[in-house]
Amino acid sequence: MIKVKNLSKKFKNFVAVDNISFEVPAGEIFAFLGPNGAGKSTTIKMLTTLLKPSDGEMTINNIDPVKDPKETRRSFGIVFQDPSLDEDLTAWENINFHGVLYGVPKKVRKERGEQLLKLVELWDRRKSLVKKFSGGMKRRLEIARGLLHHPKVLFLDEPTLGLDPQTRNLMWSYLKELNKSEKTTIFFSTHYMDEAERIADRIAIIDQGKIITIGSAEELKKQTSTESLEEAFLKLTGKKIRDEEANNVDRMRKFNRR
Amino acid sequence: MQKIYIFWLRQIKKYFRSKSRIIGSLGQPILFLLALGYGFGSVFQQAGEGNYLNFLAPGIIAMSIIFTAIFSGIEVIWDRQFGFLKETLAAPVSRLQIMIGRTLGGATVATFQGILVLFISLLFGLELSSFSFIIPAILVMFLIALLFTAIGTLIASLLEDMQGFQLIMNFLVMPLFFLSGALYPLDNLPNFLTIITKINPLSYGVDALRILLTDNGHFSLSLDILVLSVFTACLLFLGSFFFKRIQV
Repeated sequence: MIKVKNLSKKFKNFVAVDNISFEVPAGEIFAFLGPNGAGKSTTIKMLTTLLKPSDGEMTINNIDPVKDPKETRRSFGIVFQDPSLDEDLTAWENINFHGVLYGVPKKVRKERGEQLLKLVELWDRRKSLVKKFSGGMKRRLEIARGLLHHPKVLFLDEPTLGLDPQTRNLMWSYLKELNKSEKTTIFFSTHYMDEAERIADRIAIIDQGKIITIGSAEELKKQTSTESLEEAFLKLTGKKIRDEEANNVDRMRKFNRR
Repeated sequence: MQKIYIFWLRQIKKYFRSKSRIIGSLGQPILFLLALGYGFGSVFQQAGEGNYLNFLAPGIIAMSIIFTAIFSGIEVIWDRQFGFLKETLAAPVSRLQIMIGRTLGGATVATFQGILVLFISLLFGLELSSFSFIIPAILVMFLIALLFTAIGTLIASLLEDMQGFQLIMNFLVMPLFFLSGALYPLDNLPNFLTIITKINPLSYGVDALRILLTDNGHFSLSLDILVLSVFTACLLFLGSFFFKRIQV
C-alpha cells in the first residue's frame, strides 16, 4: 500500500530524512517510533503531498504523490500533529467542510458525522465554535474529522498527544475496528511505547532521519535482547535528549493550543 | 463546484460572525467622510470643483473595499498559522479551486463592506446622479474587490507570518489608496504623480465608481472597466501561481 525507496528531505542547514526505505502492505497497522526531531512528521508530510522530497521515490496505493498529488489525496486521510481546525467555525461545520472537500455524500456526512461526534463525545457541543474548546476537545474533533471519509490509508501523526487514557482507548478501538472491517491501512507516529506495542503490527524505529530497524515488537525485543519495547528503543536510539527547533509558526501554534 | 462553494461560504460565515470586524472597519470611512468630506468641502467648492462629499464618497467606498479585500486575501497567513491551511492542502481539492473559492468569498465580503459604506455616504449627504446605476456600481465594486483579494492572496503566499503585515499596509495599501485619485481630482497634478496615478489600478476603480454614482469621471468608463479586468485577470493568474507553490 505504501512503498518508500531511498527517500530524503534536505532543508537548508540539515537533513531531516536521510535515505529511508520501507514498505507497508495493505491492511497493516504500522507505527513510526522515534524521538523528537527524528523525521517522523517530515516523512508523513512528504507522503501526504505537503512537502516535496529532495530525493527518492514513493507510492501510496500505487500512485506517486509527487507526480499525481490530487489522486493521491483521494486515497488517504490524515490527522495532523498540530491543530488544523478552523476555530471560527463550529464543530459540525468543521466536520461538514471536511466531508465536502473529500466528496462524502450528504447523507453519509450526516450519519457518520453524528456517529463520530458521539464517539468522541462532542455531539452535544456540535454547534459551539471551536475556539471555545479545550485542547483535548480540539484533538478529539480532529480525530473524528480524519475518520469521516473512510480512506484506504490513514496517517496519524502523534494522534494521541495530550489525550486522556479514556479517549485514547476509544480512539484505538474504533481504529482497530475500521482496520478490520474496511481493511484500512493505518500509519501512525508516536512516542508512546505502549501504544506502538499494543496497536501496531510492525514498528519502524527512526532516529536522526534514518530508519534504524523495522519489525514487530517481539522481533525488536529479541533483536536487542531486552525485556520491553522501551528498553529496546533506548538501546537503539541512545539516551541523549533531542531538541527540536521551533520556528515562529510552531510557537504560535503552541500558544494557540493552550 | 460544491467545493468552491464551501470555501466561499466559509469566508461569508466568518465575516458575519465577527461583528467587531464589520463595525471596526466602518470607523475609518466614517472618519474620512466626516473630517475630509465636511472639512475640505468649502475650499473645494470655492475652487470651483463642486460638492466635495460627492467627489469623495466613491473614493471612500473604494478604500473600504480594498482594505477588506486585501485583508481577506491575507487571511491565508492566519490559516497557515492556525494550521487550517494544511487541512485544505492535504484534501483532494485542486489549489485552483481553493484559490477561486477563497477569492470569491473575500471579494463578496469586501463588496458587502463597500455597499455598507455607500449607504453611510448617502446618510452623509451623497447625491447620486441616478439610482439606476447602483447595480452596475455594485458590479464594479465586486471587480475592484476581486482584484485586491487576489493581491492579498498573492502577498500571503509569499509571507511566512503576520510580521510583514505592517510593511504591506504602509508600503502597498496606503500608497495605493492615497495615490489613486480617491481624495483629489487627477487634473493638473505634478508629472510624477500623474504617472503614478495612471499606473495604479485603483485609480480606474475609483473613477468607474465616480462615473456611475455621480457622473463625474476623469477617464472613460470603458477604459476603467478594461484596465480593471485586465489587472484582475493577471493578478488572479499570478495569485494562483504562487498559491500553488505553498508548502507547509
